[in-house]
Amino acid sequence: MSAEKKTDFQIVNHSIPRRDGRVKVTGKAQYVADLRLIGMAYAKVLRSPYAHAKIVSIDKSRAEAHPGVHCVVTGYDLEGLNPYYGHAVKDHPLLAIDKVRYAGEPVAAVVAVDERTAFEALELIDVKYQELKAVFTPEEAMAQDAPLLHERKFEAGALRGFEGEVTAGKGTNICQSHKVQWGDVEKAFKDAAAVVEGNYYFPMTYAYAMEPYVAVAEVNDQGVTIYSSAQHPFMVRHDLKSIFNLPVSKVRLIVPFVGGGYGSKSYTKIEPLVAACSWKAKRPVKLQLTVEEAMLTTRSDDAYTWMRTAVDKNGKIIARQAKILMNTGAYAENSPLVVEKSTNRCVGPYAIPNVLIENSSLYTNTVPASSYRGFGCAQVTLPGESQIDELAAKIGKDPYEFRLANAAQPGQEFFPGMRPFDGTLKQDLDTAAKAIGWGTPLAKGHGRTVACSGSDAGAYPLTSTAVRVHADGSVTIMTGSTELGQGSHTVLPQIAAEALGVAYDKVNVVSSDTAITPYDRSTGASRTTTLMGSAVLEASEEAIQQMVVMAADVLKVKVEDIQTVRGGVRCGEVQLDWSQVISKFYGLPDGEVIGRSYIRKSGKFAALPVFWEAAATGVEISVDEETGKITMEKLATVGDVGLAINPALAEGQDLGAATMGMGIGLFEELIYEGSQLVNGSILDYRLPRFSDLPKQVELHLVQNQDGVGPYGAKGGGEASLNSMAANIANAVDRAVGVRIRQAPLTPERVWRALKGKERR
Amino acid sequence: MNLQFNLNGKPAKVDCEAADTLAEVLRNQLNLNGTKVSCEVQVCGACTVLVDGAPVSACTYLAYEARGKSVTTIEGLEKPDGTLHPLQQAFIDEFAFQCGYCTPGMIMAAKALLDENPKPSRDQIIHYMDGNICRCTGYVPIVAAIQRAAGVMAKESKT
Repeated sequence: MSAEKKTDFQIVNHSIPRRDGRVKVTGKAQYVADLRLIGMAYAKVLRSPYAHAKIVSIDKSRAEAHPGVHCVVTGYDLEGLNPYYGHAVKDHPLLAIDKVRYAGEPVAAVVAVDERTAFEALELIDVKYQELKAVFTPEEAMAQDAPLLHERKFEAGALRGFEGEVTAGKGTNICQSHKVQWGDVEKAFKDAAAVVEGNYYFPMTYAYAMEPYVAVAEVNDQGVTIYSSAQHPFMVRHDLKSIFNLPVSKVRLIVPFVGGGYGSKSYTKIEPLVAACSWKAKRPVKLQLTVEEAMLTTRSDDAYTWMRTAVDKNGKIIARQAKILMNTGAYAENSPLVVEKSTNRCVGPYAIPNVLIENSSLYTNTVPASSYRGFGCAQVTLPGESQIDELAAKIGKDPYEFRLANAAQPGQEFFPGMRPFDGTLKQDLDTAAKAIGWGTPLAKGHGRTVACSGSDAGAYPLTSTAVRVHADGSVTIMTGSTELGQGSHTVLPQIAAEALGVAYDKVNVVSSDTAITPYDRSTGASRTTTLMGSAVLEASEEAIQQMVVMAADVLKVKVEDIQTVRGGVRCGEVQLDWSQVISKFYGLPDGEVIGRSYIRKSGKFAALPVFWEAAATGVEISVDEETGKITMEKLATVGDVGLAINPALAEGQDLGAATMGMGIGLFEELIYEGSQLVNGSILDYRLPRFSDLPKQVELHLVQNQDGVGPYGAKGGGEASLNSMAANIANAVDRAVGVRIRQAPLTPERVWRALKGKERR
Repeated sequence: MNLQFNLNGKPAKVDCEAADTLAEVLRNQLNLNGTKVSCEVQVCGACTVLVDGAPVSACTYLAYEARGKSVTTIEGLEKPDGTLHPLQQAFIDEFAFQCGYCTPGMIMAAKALLDENPKPSRDQIIHYMDGNICRCTGYVPIVAAIQRAAGVMAKESKT
């Protein structure tokens, strides 16, 4: 069994070059955008100019008469389909029906011989709208006279994966509410030696995968086949099965390489629309969104948080209370889960005896929000980690020492009912602090801080896999985990090669084809290495057990007489490798053994979360007081990953996540003016570039083999994002003495805060 | 409209429309899908190819403009014997990509840099590459890969 701490690894825990390296550097890696099917047509989407309006009429006759147009699909052409989807609640029509709920919502799709013709025909569709009053913030959505976005009662989506009831569809604009509570918060605040309290705003952001959403669908008598840039093909399959009223076996989702996801390609996006286009056009259809359209498809939930935190006279945190309003936009998507997670994530990774967190997400007439790397954690870590620093300053403690004194301890059940904490925050914080030179002299205008994150990660444990050992001793892993760039095509073969004792180069991966690869619930929440990695390890071990029985059969001995060795078996003087075992068993140099694994919420995965994702970041920044511009002098990431199956990949995930977090801390923000998203393009949405690189970067891993995954591994790749905005805000306070409770800390915001300080 | 240009060292001939971009012609007519299209407004660098050695954004560069010129794409860097260009190898060795969508454009821009300045400093790399966006890596390993490739190419040119 893999539970004991093993250290003499041959293949895992080594930075083996990426399996997809050669195809990705030569331009041969295939993405959905590169795919063309015979007879394929192209779709383009007409989008609503209004945030909230009744659709009075749609005249598509001129567009349908345009040369080269196969058909035009609207919300009124969907008879025979169940057009509403959503894995939490089925509130989302694949094209607007009766009304539009945000500016940019798909209203019609043209299917034509090529993209240009489809695009031309969009102008020929005549839609008459009757504008309705719209709401854009949670506050507006809660007002007495607020218009209701959704009048229907929703059918619950079957694949929820969270514990609470969905609030949506009950006659208000509340999409979801969640609360966690223990201890006596009121009493604790009364008894407190010091309290900090404040209002914080975390902005809407866009994950900005370089590959915008793209899908190719072929709907015919055989069923529905879709090639998509989706992270979770099995989740998308579920929505399509319900839309087309088909058995699971007739819906096939195939995901080749994905050009970046970061949560934004979680769950169903454009697949229902492109499938409906294929269904109407009776041919394969491709829908490739532009970046601007992708930015009208998903964003992160922005969050308005009031929070207060209290300490006793010994510097021990005794209470935290928060009220959060999240803006989930026009449709629920995955936001009910984001609400649940962000509620939980207000607490960790600190052991706090009195807690009350109340959180609601509201429907508004804006782009639908959903998953984004870290699942609601960054939204609440800005207030959470800001208040840790604010409190430390208030009671005159070093913020790093203050964190150490209050952080959850290894093995501590700091969140009642959840898995005991499986990270080592002291070591994480020590490593981060040392990396940025904690305690050494600082130049004027510079600030240095550390922050941490500990989030209930790993999503839900439902994962299966097949590991096929072939007669030549090579191996194929059948996995439903999607290669988004995180490295699953490298890490999973490392695990199988280690377990089976075969060469890494002999292990191949087939991934994310729901007709072929066994069920895996999702590729998100940092779960793949832990859950799919465990499944691959178990399936490899199960294949070994089968081959031991086969070896006994071919050698005509008892199973007990067979001893496993690296890459094969031994019985007395006779040694056989896997290739020999299989070939002798079948009597031909052919055939295979299939090892299987079914992981569910049971055994070591009975407790949730699957693991606590822990990480620390450290930054040193400098502030130009003339302009308010922040410069990143140093950045350190520390991933508490149990065991890095591939250390270079694990560090790369941390740096990528921290860079996204830095972007939010410094300049990333989607901005609405009235009903319109005004910076929904790369020209206006500021992303981190080469020139934003911190001057000095250090990447560290803490590897105590304390994870529940293979060889003591656990997930990483989100947590380094979560603490970055707070870290930057804290560092600015330490550098120039202004406390900014809103991200991003743009030069203007910093400059205005500095001017405000002068006036005081 | 008939166009001729040199593509990765070989003559290419296409029949295209005046409005076709070089990226459309490469991807849709010549089946060279390595050149990726992302922002379509010449900002992200994903579609970078070299025309007469200079980096251009194929997403907005009209195919017509390439007539009679020499176009190099990511598919043109690997040697016929399968040996990778030092930049390609360095991107693998330094883990300088994750999803890989920006990688062809990133490598082509880096090639233009090293062709022009074989020994760039860190600041010069950052300045030159600022028009190429990567959302996965945080750029550090890309800078390292370009430095590593520069070293390898310097050695190769001596021998």
